Amino acid sequence: MSENEKYLLKVEHLKQYFPVRRGFKTIPLKAVDDISFSVKPGETLGLVGESGCGKTTVGRTLLRLYQPTAGRIVFDGDVLFDSGEQYDENGKVVLGADGKPVIGNKVDVNMLPYRKQMQMVFQDPYSSLNPRMTVEDIIGEPLDVHKLYRSRDERREKILGLMELVGLNAEHAMRYAHEFSGGQRQRIGIARALAVNPKFIVCDEPVSALDVSIQAQVVNMFEELQEKLGVAYLFIAHDLLVVHHISDRIAVMYLGKMMELADADELNENPIHPYTLSLLSAVPIPDPETARKSKRIVLEGDVPSPLNMPTGCPFRTRCRYATEQCAKEMPQLTDRGNGHFVACFNK
Amino acid sequence: MGQENNYILEVKDLHTSFFTDTGEVQAVNGISFNLEAGKTLGIVGESGSGKSVTAYSIMQILAETGRITGGEVRFHGEDITKWNKKQMQKFRGAKCSIIFQDPMTSLNPVFTIGSQLTEAILLHTDNNKKQAKERAIEMLTLVGVNEPESRMKQHPHELSGGMRQRVMIAMALACEPDILIADEPTTALDVTIQAQILELMQDLQKKLGMTIIMVTHDLGVIASMCDEILVMYGGRVCERGTADAIFYHPAHEYTKGLLRSIPKADNMNEKLIPIGGTPINLLQMPEGCAFCPRCDAAMKICLKEKPQEFRVGETHIASCWMNIKELYEAQEGERV
Repeated sequence: MSENEKYLLKVEHLKQYFPVRRGFKTIPLKAVDDISFSVKPGETLGLVGESGCGKTTVGRTLLRLYQPTAGRIVFDGDVLFDSGEQYDENGKVVLGADGKPVIGNKVDVNMLPYRKQMQMVFQDPYSSLNPRMTVEDIIGEPLDVHKLYRSRDERREKILGLMELVGLNAEHAMRYAHEFSGGQRQRIGIARALAVNPKFIVCDEPVSALDVSIQAQVVNMFEELQEKLGVAYLFIAHDLLVVHHISDRIAVMYLGKMMELADADELNENPIHPYTLSLLSAVPIPDPETARKSKRIVLEGDVPSPLNMPTGCPFRTRCRYATEQCAKEMPQLTDRGNGHFVACFNK
Repeated sequence: MGQENNYILEVKDLHTSFFTDTGEVQAVNGISFNLEAGKTLGIVGESGSGKSVTAYSIMQILAETGRITGGEVRFHGEDITKWNKKQMQKFRGAKCSIIFQDPMTSLNPVFTIGSQLTEAILLHTDNNKKQAKERAIEMLTLVGVNEPESRMKQHPHELSGGMRQRVMIAMALACEPDILIADEPTTALDVTIQAQILELMQDLQKKLGMTIIMVTHDLGVIASMCDEILVMYGGRVCERGTADAIFYHPAHEYTKGLLRSIPKADNMNEKLIPIGGTPINLLQMPEGCAFCPRCDAAMKICLKEKPQEFRVGETHIASCWMNIKELYEAQEGERV
């Protein structure tokens, strides 16, 4: 990862812990634990993993819908959040003479101006739209918040333009969300996100609630909008085939940690991390011939509870290659060439 | 289709309707298929296509407003739609059982796993309580639940989703049914857990020689599990045939469109070709082919007449006018 390359968004050592009460004690649930990645302008970064691995939390923390526990978020050259810890080359926290981490400049900006540039599309098109608002008002709300129009006419014009952009009939502007089908509602959600003309959109499982025949329509629309508007996506999903199709690069998460990050085709043809391997082999391929030939690498057991995480690498309890070293420390993400990053000692 | 066949289940022209305030909804509209013992049949379709209702109709576990309005379901040659409540109760569980989609809600939260498992066994076999408990533990071991003895005393909320689905399978298989209906058994689960459950079902099928009806919308699951496939749309069968026939030689425009619209290894860097329009509203069924309003290739006849079944292969049947397109065009001239 050369430093000269231009990044739209850069996340370093992001941590998001949630306090959970267990009896009298409060213990941290490490939803996202020390994750670093970046998104280039106009690219799609896919984020995959099983439920509970923290992929949604990453998306929400980036947008500062949660207050991050630690880490640094840089968007378009501006630092949005920095908890001030310093890290050395090996990714370890730099400690001062007193054994405590050295804390540098802390940054915590007001997000309102940045909301114009970073938006979100939610998973459930049924609960993410206010049933008491008309489509016009749903899409118009971000325009109201950021005061992006001078007159009522301009507001209406903008809303109708957005509806046309996402393939909705402009005559339906006065309807309510319940009058639309799932695919159309997701289009409303996307139009709302696009209203402020953002550079970056977090798409949190935007197609998983849709029917197969509608999924392709929405996936195509995401791709077309990117070509037209140059917007970058963080595309969170658990359907690996859809993610592979839409993404330029894919990151694989497991229990709050990033396991592998690579170019989409590279990751699918040449997966390195044992978790990625089993994840990819578990995807049912819609082709009887290949399905008969391929052998699933079936993982034993379930994902451990994030409240009771294994030491070292969280995947070691289900990993065929686990060694003693894996129990002691978490491997760092290292570049294996051509921007293929893997966090594993043994592969 | 003579009487001397080895079909375990024959469904003939099955009709199921729901009688709602807004009118009669024909959820299943003339479905026929035969199933050989030991095979796996896949029923695919999107939500509202009637695939689950077909499964529920076979079991006769429809919601209060629903009723089978016509057709036959023959189990070993006997029409079970004519059976009374008591006969059906014996059929369910002992001869044919079902795994539901959502393992989170299909177990009773206030009873232990053990009591729910033994209930089914006690109901359908002559086992006493002790034998039933042993059988339950045996079943849990079979489906790969670790520490089955202590699991018996746990409640559903103490188990993960994959474990709960295993318990559901154990419960369904406890009385060694001839037919297992799996209604989207892995939709609520993660891919790695899904792989475990599918592997388990295939293993058990080999061991016990069950017949499986797999209801799902996931073409990937269908491809890896099923011998035969039934594609449904708007309560009707579009196409039925072997897995290879459906995937490699689809003969219905809906099946073709469906296969084009999913991301596969060979179209990763191309645009997907979606099916236009929105899923059908069963209250406003078109006169002709149900898929006609979304079909790019629709002809005049598709609007007017319900397509008949065309035999395109030995065991491959498709209900699409496109199969006689040349013939039709020669007769009628222009297309719509």
